[in-house]
Amino acid sequence: MAELAVGKPSGEYRKGLQSGISIAIGYAPIALTFGLLAKTTGLSIGETALMSLLVFAGAAQYISLSLLSLGTGIFEIVLTTFIVNIRHFLMSTSLNEKWEDEQAANKVILSFGITDETFSVAAVREEKVTSGYMLGLISVSYASWVICSGLGHLIGASLPQTLQESMSVALYAMFVGLLVPSMKKSAKVVFLAAIAACFNTIFTLTNTLSTGWAIVLATLLSAVIVEWIESVKNRPRGHGHE
Amino acid sequence: MSSQIVWMIVGMAAVTYIPRLLPFVLFKGKELSGFVQGILKNVPYATLGALIFPGILFINEDLWFGLLGAAAAFFAAYLGANVIVVVLGSIAVLSVYSFIF
Repeated sequence: MAELAVGKPSGEYRKGLQSGISIAIGYAPIALTFGLLAKTTGLSIGETALMSLLVFAGAAQYISLSLLSLGTGIFEIVLTTFIVNIRHFLMSTSLNEKWEDEQAANKVILSFGITDETFSVAAVREEKVTSGYMLGLISVSYASWVICSGLGHLIGASLPQTLQESMSVALYAMFVGLLVPSMKKSAKVVFLAAIAACFNTIFTLTNTLSTGWAIVLATLLSAVIVEWIESVKNRPRGHGHE
Repeated sequence: MSSQIVWMIVGMAAVTYIPRLLPFVLFKGKELSGFVQGILKNVPYATLGALIFPGILFINEDLWFGLLGAAAAFFAAYLGANVIVVVLGSIAVLSVYSFIF
């Protein structure tokens, strides 16, 4: 029982793997399509696999393909990638607070695998996050991403049209599945999600910001506003000393 | 492999990894103020809201497709279904939907 409470490293790894399965399912159709598009854009299978291996960021990889086909220069593509992925800075900062590991090197290596999806799964976990858990979570997601990218290029086709369409909901459904249990427990979570969703929708529909910045700004605004309201509400009445 | 593409990939990898890595180095062992910690604890839920909307509405030209998927996922999750069941359930609902329409 003592072992259970502490959480053996291998047990944590397995839990991470299990939590990563829905990510792996969600990545499959996106990665297959990425491989296919990379092929039609003129990338070799080696280049396609290399990009998925080294970059591991869905949205940025898709954008790079469309920029390549427009004949955009390399510097601009790298810069766009940076802008799209800067949101991960916020996610890593948040995750750092609940991820415990004395060994700094573990976080340095595993931070490579922080995506919207791996972050979301880890961040809503009730227990503290460990490196073993992150390793499991990331390895199954990463494997799905890299293997399916290669397969998409190799087969030169994605899933049947109807299945492809229905599977496009997978990652969104996962986000909903992660969010709802916390929403049921706390009104604060409902506000946080709703306010961020509103801001992001406004930024996106009015085309004021690129996708990366829209998510960063919507998230920050919502997180700060809700925190501020809460601190005002909890401030003791009267202006005496605390 | 064309060396130009390889350099592009290496550049993309670097600018993707740095924002992921930096917070773990910058804030290592630093005690942040209570207010900042509160904000960082809020980030996951705000992020989820922003990741879901408006993206889910645009997964198909048919707006109802995304809305139905969202509703199915919400319903399953509200009933306490495991995340994987939520994912497979909404895929199944949308498969039926696109089969009918």
